[in-house]
Amino acid sequence: MPAPLDLTAVRRDFPILSREVNGKPLAYLDNAATTQKPASVIDAVSDFYREENANVHRGVHYLSMVATDLYDHARARVAKAIRAGDGGQAIFVRGTTEAINLVAATFGRAAVGQGDAVLITAMEHHANLVPWQRLCAERGAELLVAPVTDGGDLRMAEFERLVADPRVKIAAFAEVSNALGTRNDVVALCRAARAHGVATVVDGAQGVAHGIADVAAAGCDFYAFSGHKVFAPDGIGVLWGRRELLAAMEPYQVGGGIIERVTFTETRYQPPPVRFEAGTPNISGAIGLAAAFDYLDGIGWEAIRAHESALAEQAAAQIGAIPGARVIGQPAHRCGVVSFVLDGVHPHDIGTVLDSEGIAIRAGNHCAQPLLERLGVGSTARASFAFYNSFEEVERLTAAVRKAAAFFG
Amino acid sequence: MDDALSDLYQSIILSHNRRPRNEREMEPCSGKAEGYNPMCGDKVTVFVNEVGGRLDDVSFVGEGCAISRASASIMTERLKGLGEEEARARIAEVYALLTSEEEPEPDLERQGELAALIGVRRFPARIKCATLAWHALEDALDGKASG
Repeated sequence: MPAPLDLTAVRRDFPILSREVNGKPLAYLDNAATTQKPASVIDAVSDFYREENANVHRGVHYLSMVATDLYDHARARVAKAIRAGDGGQAIFVRGTTEAINLVAATFGRAAVGQGDAVLITAMEHHANLVPWQRLCAERGAELLVAPVTDGGDLRMAEFERLVADPRVKIAAFAEVSNALGTRNDVVALCRAARAHGVATVVDGAQGVAHGIADVAAAGCDFYAFSGHKVFAPDGIGVLWGRRELLAAMEPYQVGGGIIERVTFTETRYQPPPVRFEAGTPNISGAIGLAAAFDYLDGIGWEAIRAHESALAEQAAAQIGAIPGARVIGQPAHRCGVVSFVLDGVHPHDIGTVLDSEGIAIRAGNHCAQPLLERLGVGSTARASFAFYNSFEEVERLTAAVRKAAAFFG
Repeated sequence: MDDALSDLYQSIILSHNRRPRNEREMEPCSGKAEGYNPMCGDKVTVFVNEVGGRLDDVSFVGEGCAISRASASIMTERLKGLGEEEARARIAEVYALLTSEEEPEPDLERQGELAALIGVRRFPARIKCATLAWHALEDALDGKASG
């Protein structure tokens, strides 16, 4: 058993958690949308601008070298955080969406041709669906979708059957479903894909914050995540890619900073990761992201996982027991998210009632419209947890959902 | 329940949400249009049948929150029987009620239940819910199918 979290101390680390909303203490339960930032991350970004700001990879002057060191350190730091080993490289991008678009537009265009196929799952966020849909339309390829059970788990046997289709060149899937909290067995999925020579793209947007990212164990080819979902600033994200694949890929965007030699007739690009980072990168964001991982290591991942899991399980049990309420998704392994509906009350109205109690949740389709249609709901209310949430907040959530049920009932 | 919340969901809204008026498809009709709010997934289809320049019948179907359903329901009741110009003026009034910079004084006598929508002003995230059906009606009158 890990040492339990010192929740009082943890909550003090996040300045925003002490504020009030609508006259009530903020209960921030929208962590799958974005997470709050600890003071150490806010300070790292602000210290950089106060003391160290300069462009990277460009100047011979002191500050440029300091900024370059910090940026390069951040790159190594994030690779370590997702346990990537040294088989690949981390590229800084704006977020998961840009990472997946990058893979689809470069690796995808080269790997997928007329008559080929790309395999995704029915629980993907639009960010891991639309880029592949567009690629397939452009290449004359087919988008295959591995189905989910009524409980929101992936049908593993179906995935294995589909990935064996010789037309499939790429399999792309979420580590954790943002809408339901389903945790997929990415190790098994990658193993199945590898057995058929299919490249794998893991959408880790909802995985990294829960400390489950393990790129080396998964053996995936690409892994994408966003900084803002792991207690770091927005506008920074990571695409980790296997070295030999990155080396063969064309740049995504072109311009300054990625060039070996330019003439008016041709250009030679630098090797990865720099090849994929045209223009001035988000330097402060990368530094903030490294600071977030330092902070999380200090808290301890085992304690984080144990606490979050207990919060989500308790919330699912308590909400499921409210008359008229139904938890959408009963995954075998729930990771941080509880999606639910209430008879006769639209999720949007639940959201407004909860907001009046200072409780922040998300209401809508969670950028996973096809999944919700598959499960027979148009939209849901979604509470999503981070390690700084408390059991008292789960109680407040449950009480507020009861209040919404009574008010509209 | 806090005051702001009860103002938002006053009994008129709750009642229209529970028993929406004119919630039905209309065939034949002179115009219909869809409204969709991608943020929350609310969708509404508004039907209108104009006879001799008057809105002989107005109806809607759709899925949505209490605010959007109540607003659509109130709209169908208030606009039925009006001339097209009058109906367009009423639509403009509702936009003003919800979005004008200065909070207008609702005219209960003339606007009736429409005035109940003024409570939505304090909830900026919900204004689009209230205007959804009205935009769709405008499109239906313009004869353009919108998505």
